[in-house]
Amino acid sequence: MSVLDSKIPDGPLKDKWTNHKNHINLVNPANKRNIDIIVVGTGLAGGSAAASLAEMGYNVKSFCYQDSPRRAHSIAAQGGINAAKNYQNDGDSVYRLFYDTVKGGDYRSREGNVHRLAEVSGNIIDQCVAQGVPFGRDYGGLLDNRSFGGVLVSRTFYAKGQTGQQLLLGAYSALNRQIAKGKVTMYNRHEMVELVKVNGKARGIIARNLETGELERHSAHAVVIASGGYGNVFFLSTNAMGSNATAAWKIHKKGAHFANPCYTQIHPTCIPRSGDHQSKLTLMSESLRNDGRIWVPKNMEDVLAIREGKLMPIDLSEEQRDYYLERMYPAFGNLVPRDVASRAAKERCDAGYGVNKTGEAVYLDFTSAIQRYGKQEAAIARIKSPSDEEILKLGEAVIESKYGNLFQMYEKIVAENPYKTPMMIYPAVHYTMGGVWVDYNLMTSVEGCYCIGEANFSDHGSNRLGASALMQGLADGYFVLPYTIGDYLSKEISTGAIANDSAEFIQAEREVSDRIDKLMNIKGTKTVDHFHKLLGKVMWEYVGMARNEEGLKKAMKEIKKIRTDFWNDVRIPGDKSSFNPELGKAGRVADFLELGELFAKDALHRNESCGGHFREESVELDGEQKGEAKRNDEDYAYVAAWEYKGEPADAILHKEELEFKDIELKQRSYK
Amino acid sequence: MDLTLKVWRQKNREDKGGLETYKVTGILGHYSFLEMLDVMNEQLITQGKDPVAFDHDCREGICGTCSLYINGEAHGPDRKVTTCQLHMRMFNDGETIYIEPWRSAAMPVIKDLIVDRSSFDRIQQSGGFVSVNTSGNTQDANALPIPKMNADKAFDVAACIGCGACVATCKNSSAMLFVAAKVSQYAYLPQGQVERKQRVLNMVEQMDKEGFGNCTNTGACEVECPKSISIEYIAKMNREYLSASITAE
Repeated sequence: MSVLDSKIPDGPLKDKWTNHKNHINLVNPANKRNIDIIVVGTGLAGGSAAASLAEMGYNVKSFCYQDSPRRAHSIAAQGGINAAKNYQNDGDSVYRLFYDTVKGGDYRSREGNVHRLAEVSGNIIDQCVAQGVPFGRDYGGLLDNRSFGGVLVSRTFYAKGQTGQQLLLGAYSALNRQIAKGKVTMYNRHEMVELVKVNGKARGIIARNLETGELERHSAHAVVIASGGYGNVFFLSTNAMGSNATAAWKIHKKGAHFANPCYTQIHPTCIPRSGDHQSKLTLMSESLRNDGRIWVPKNMEDVLAIREGKLMPIDLSEEQRDYYLERMYPAFGNLVPRDVASRAAKERCDAGYGVNKTGEAVYLDFTSAIQRYGKQEAAIARIKSPSDEEILKLGEAVIESKYGNLFQMYEKIVAENPYKTPMMIYPAVHYTMGGVWVDYNLMTSVEGCYCIGEANFSDHGSNRLGASALMQGLADGYFVLPYTIGDYLSKEISTGAIANDSAEFIQAEREVSDRIDKLMNIKGTKTVDHFHKLLGKVMWEYVGMARNEEGLKKAMKEIKKIRTDFWNDVRIPGDKSSFNPELGKAGRVADFLELGELFAKDALHRNESCGGHFREESVELDGEQKGEAKRNDEDYAYVAAWEYKGEPADAILHKEELEFKDIELKQRSYK
Repeated sequence: MDLTLKVWRQKNREDKGGLETYKVTGILGHYSFLEMLDVMNEQLITQGKDPVAFDHDCREGICGTCSLYINGEAHGPDRKVTTCQLHMRMFNDGETIYIEPWRSAAMPVIKDLIVDRSSFDRIQQSGGFVSVNTSGNTQDANALPIPKMNADKAFDVAACIGCGACVATCKNSSAMLFVAAKVSQYAYLPQGQVERKQRVLNMVEQMDKEGFGNCTNTGACEVECPKSISIEYIAKMNREYLSASITAE
């Protein structure tokens, strides 16, 4: 077991990033023109990185599997983006954002990285406003904020329930500006299928043109992976259908350590599943917990009557409802962090109180908020003694202005009107905190290969706070990577253009080509989705919201078996040299089938509960925190970075010890 | 419910293409339209046939990837939704459903139901941005108050997902609603003023170059737009264009 060097700069926490930037090597503008960089992925991290690097003068090649860079799944982020601006004068500061993020991550993230993230958070908002991102504003024309889970301040900037869309279109516009200038060459409908290393350094990729099936060799002085998370290993998640781990997994197999794969975020507020045919789950933004109250019936007979359709939720009086988050966590109430809210919903549903036919749903109720806002608006409009109807109408209008698109989305899917009857929600896989291990400069353990955004592991520890993903993606892409990559590239100024016809490129292309032939020649009997669903079921059952040793061992065995079956019996129609969506999907599922096993292995080795990783063997047994997750700082305050050794089960563990110099490790309490 | 599907099949850009008939059975009302197609494709693959290629990704109505012309309507019979948000409860047992790709010379078919919308990207590249560097050293975000009404209007048009339904449904294959959305977003915001004139001129020029038709005010685009972007913004773009043509340096 080797010790990993995170390269966190010395000095006081608040000066680390500034000092580092001041002493980092720079590349002069004339030399930048001779340096090529590949960026894989065009979400918030990849899009902003490609735009920024091109702006600085590097030649950028940007890749996405979608038909346009604007479609990356960052676009689906709803609620908002955090920044320590303290516009609301509620005592927010860089330190508080840093502190909340480390605490929210259950003390499993790096202090240095998180502080840097908090430092640049304000710049992100300035930058996005300058680009013309239409954030929500108040009547005075200034930016509005909302609150998110796990914090006691309002620091979240938003654009209705479409914040991710607006931020991504901002990055897309910056990218377009560089494409128009010829500084970025855009490759749409291209998928990275291999990393090419020359003399130990990342020097390019093999990409597959999804329309023609052709393999292409692309060389560069550095490769940046910004391909997002691996939530689709569960088959059902809030990710897009095409979201995948292939780029991240390919670099892992070429030497990049994969860190903390078991840290997965199960988001508490998603639309419950309705049946086996289902292809994905839809998120209802956490921002809804600002105004929605979560409950299940207190009495079992009411639960049963509701399931049978004999009773409507609105018929239950306040006394007949159990607002369990407010009951269990009076200080944070409905705004506890995501991991806590998810587990509480699971606990209630496991106890039999689920309110839909599957028994896996709780209510999210806006009645109180509608009443509160209705009265407030009536007062603003100077309506004396408003009628109930007027209050309802005014209140619903406020809710619509805040969450209109989410309510509409819910109504279209469930065919119920959430203004009139409470929403039903249940936790679903949403975000992966784990990912490719990177140092402070965001470089992976492969020299010259960087990883940014959700694809890396760095900033969220074992649980991400709401509205922090957009912040991290843009921080990495706009403000961190563009500086840190220069330190490496300054040594590349005399390298010259990288040839793409070297033995390494030819060899890598042949490996990809052989793998594709192997897949096409199986000619089995089952579809790719069949295996993906099997994998998802094992993951959800044994590696989902609660995990134990027996289940995890079973999961590892079963995943291995599904993988063997896949390679013997998958059927891929069509051919390899035309547009073949099934072939693309098969390659991604093949990678998930490996990643899933490492995921379970990581969860098995971490015999503690922290953040999104809940081990049934590790809970508080008594006191105020009875039944809550029990962390074990003595044995597990480290990053688990896995080195690939042929089979996922053979991966070797490298530990990066986490040092907490500025924050005292505490039991997380939201009571 | 059991359904008959008439689906456009086309091998590649050069192929002539035509409609094929498929049956699907056991579809429930809470399936999304794309989940119904998943069922069909699963059947086709098991039968050893080539599944139908269609574009889709987020399946929650925001990425703008899905693009089906269903029974003669872009994104099908429901309103304010994308195809992925369309649910089978909108259809009846025994119904025959026609499924075609977007049809426009500026958006050629690549395969089956998938079209090439890169023309939209090129229009955005011609001016759909504010020329500000991503240094982060801009002024403080609150140094520039923007009247809430303008910010809200800018948001309403910025909600465009670039799916192309406006083009597909327009008898002229006009992209004016799409272009107007971007032009208007920046026209409402102080950040967009510096390049206001050049932007509209460049974007309209690129739109024409791509082969999109003109607007004759039929209003079909705003009916089919999943994000309810109003045709009023086309009028706004026309004013912007006229004003810029007369006064640009």
